[in-house]
Amino acid sequence: MSTRDWLLEDSPHSRLQANAGRAYRVFTALLRNPLSVLGGLIILILVLTALLAPWLAPYSATGQDLANRLAPPSGAHWMGTDELGRDIFSRVIWGSQITLTIVGLVALISAPLGLLLGAVAGYFGGWTDRVLMGITDIFLSMPKLILALAFVAALGPGINNAIIAIAITSWPAYARIARAETLTIRSSEFIAAVQMQGASPLRVIVGHVLPLCTSSMIIRVTLDMAGVILTAAGLGFIGLGAQPPLPEWGAMISRGRTFILDQWWVATMPGFAIIIVSLGFCFLGDGLRDVLDPKSEGK
Amino acid sequence: MSQNPTTAATLEVAGAASRRTRRRLLAILGFVATVLLTFLGLLAITFFIGRVIPIDPVLAVVGDRASTEVYEAARVAMGLDQPLPIQFVHYVLNVFSGDLGQSVSTGRSVVEDLSRFFPATLEMATIGIIIGVVLGVPLGVIAASRQGSIIDQIIRVVGLLGYSMPAFWLGLVGLALFYARLRWVGGPGRLDIFYDGLVHPVTGLLLVDSLLAGEIEIFWNAVTHLVLPASVLGFFSLAYIARMTRSFMLDQLSQEFVTTARVKGVPERLVIWRHAFNPIRVPLITVIGLSYAGLLEGSVMIETVFSWPGIGNYLTTALLNADMNAVLGSTLVIGAVFIFINKISDVLYRVLDPRAR
Repeated sequence: MSTRDWLLEDSPHSRLQANAGRAYRVFTALLRNPLSVLGGLIILILVLTALLAPWLAPYSATGQDLANRLAPPSGAHWMGTDELGRDIFSRVIWGSQITLTIVGLVALISAPLGLLLGAVAGYFGGWTDRVLMGITDIFLSMPKLILALAFVAALGPGINNAIIAIAITSWPAYARIARAETLTIRSSEFIAAVQMQGASPLRVIVGHVLPLCTSSMIIRVTLDMAGVILTAAGLGFIGLGAQPPLPEWGAMISRGRTFILDQWWVATMPGFAIIIVSLGFCFLGDGLRDVLDPKSEGK
Repeated sequence: MSQNPTTAATLEVAGAASRRTRRRLLAILGFVATVLLTFLGLLAITFFIGRVIPIDPVLAVVGDRASTEVYEAARVAMGLDQPLPIQFVHYVLNVFSGDLGQSVSTGRSVVEDLSRFFPATLEMATIGIIIGVVLGVPLGVIAASRQGSIIDQIIRVVGLLGYSMPAFWLGLVGLALFYARLRWVGGPGRLDIFYDGLVHPVTGLLLVDSLLAGEIEIFWNAVTHLVLPASVLGFFSLAYIARMTRSFMLDQLSQEFVTTARVKGVPERLVIWRHAFNPIRVPLITVIGLSYAGLLEGSVMIETVFSWPGIGNYLTTALLNADMNAVLGSTLVIGAVFIFINKISDVLYRVLDPRAR
């Protein structure tokens, strides 16, 4: 039996085989959509760039070369140099580490938090639901960026606080989704079966409700990542995110503001990196939604 | 027992009517309650940000070289010796009586500052949303009616860029291209320096004020300064509005009554603009409302790029000066306007769409 037959077998013999088969089906369905392949490639390149930055970057991210400041793009400096003679291309490459860290940590903090709150609200219903969803709605009806700005203002500038602030403003959407999913799962028979076997609410939620919410959560998180990148860059641009000399893309654009009229490349180049990576997450998220959630295709 | 059947029927009708009014009254009350609760939530968040997170709010005001007496006096004056719930009640009462505290950097009260800076933001966001609606709605309709055409592809790309392009970056690129290179538009700020302060502010909206004063030259100067930032904002609302219009229209065009109209021989233009477009006007109002609220938020970034003297610029300046009263005041005002527009478009949707009643 070939690996492919094993993966696509109609009656899997183990949980591992079932999961692997499902993952394989999703993967092949994704491969049929050119845009999601492009998105996946962009994300893959981002991850590889972040991992291999020390070997990929031709120059140091912080090494100054004042004799060569504000040089236009050329063969030696593909994206030119900034006001301290630092190679912008190398800084963009090193910056991918920061972007990936922000995106990853925000997803790791806000998605499980929203998932848990939403599942608890949906599973218990009643007052728990009303209070938790009331709080969620208040957060949802507020402008995200402004809220993040205010939080960073109180916590103090810096990349860690920026991550916390963005996570605080992005969990409510996940709580809403998790609650809606939980409401439909809650009344199904297999949940009743588990409950009658004496499973505690914690066990039911963690073991049986949350796993079923993950696919819609993955779609939403991927689609939201573009927004997270933009917010993080915005915080960096205002001067509240990553602090110099860290090569954060938004902060780099902010440094280039002064020279935008004559040395356009300083501010422009990091912007292209932001756009490409955000587009990558959009493409991949759209593709994932079409594969995992065919109901809402084309919306 | 010999009750007249007509009276019974009338009574029933009257009962149903009064029940309906009562239900409507309850709905209104419920709406007011949610709006109030949301505002209270907003206040709780700003209170939390301003009073609970900072390790020592007093230190932020008096500085770390203040003597113990000064420190204590400031602490009592700020009400920080009271328990947190009482502080919160004071905070809410202050806000409702229109007191947001003093701004450390401008030396004026935050309310005065905000009312001075708000018109500039309003002017920019309004022109932005007009651009977004005037271009976005027709483009979305055309994209839906000619699926796969060039316009459809352009709308797709624009929609995606609207999600993945930093607004401040687009503003900077616009400045570099249209101001520095092509000289088509005015630079940062609301006016050229030599026109500054010539027009007496009546409404605070420069376009209106300059016309009221009969200063056509200043009006045109203000237009050249406004057109770029407003277009950048307009681009983002256009992206969103066109994308939503397209998706609404596609829903309608696949309905059976559209097929019926086509079979009857109704001209395609009428099918699109009357049969398909009329039903989506109501959801579009909600989309436009949301987009307008989003522009107020987006203007924070754009104002920083264009040195536009609005609330966004005030907020970012305050952020960098650690001027917490100003930060929280602007957050509160932008948040309140945002919530207000959100809720209003929600209500409009319910009032205008018979299906949602």
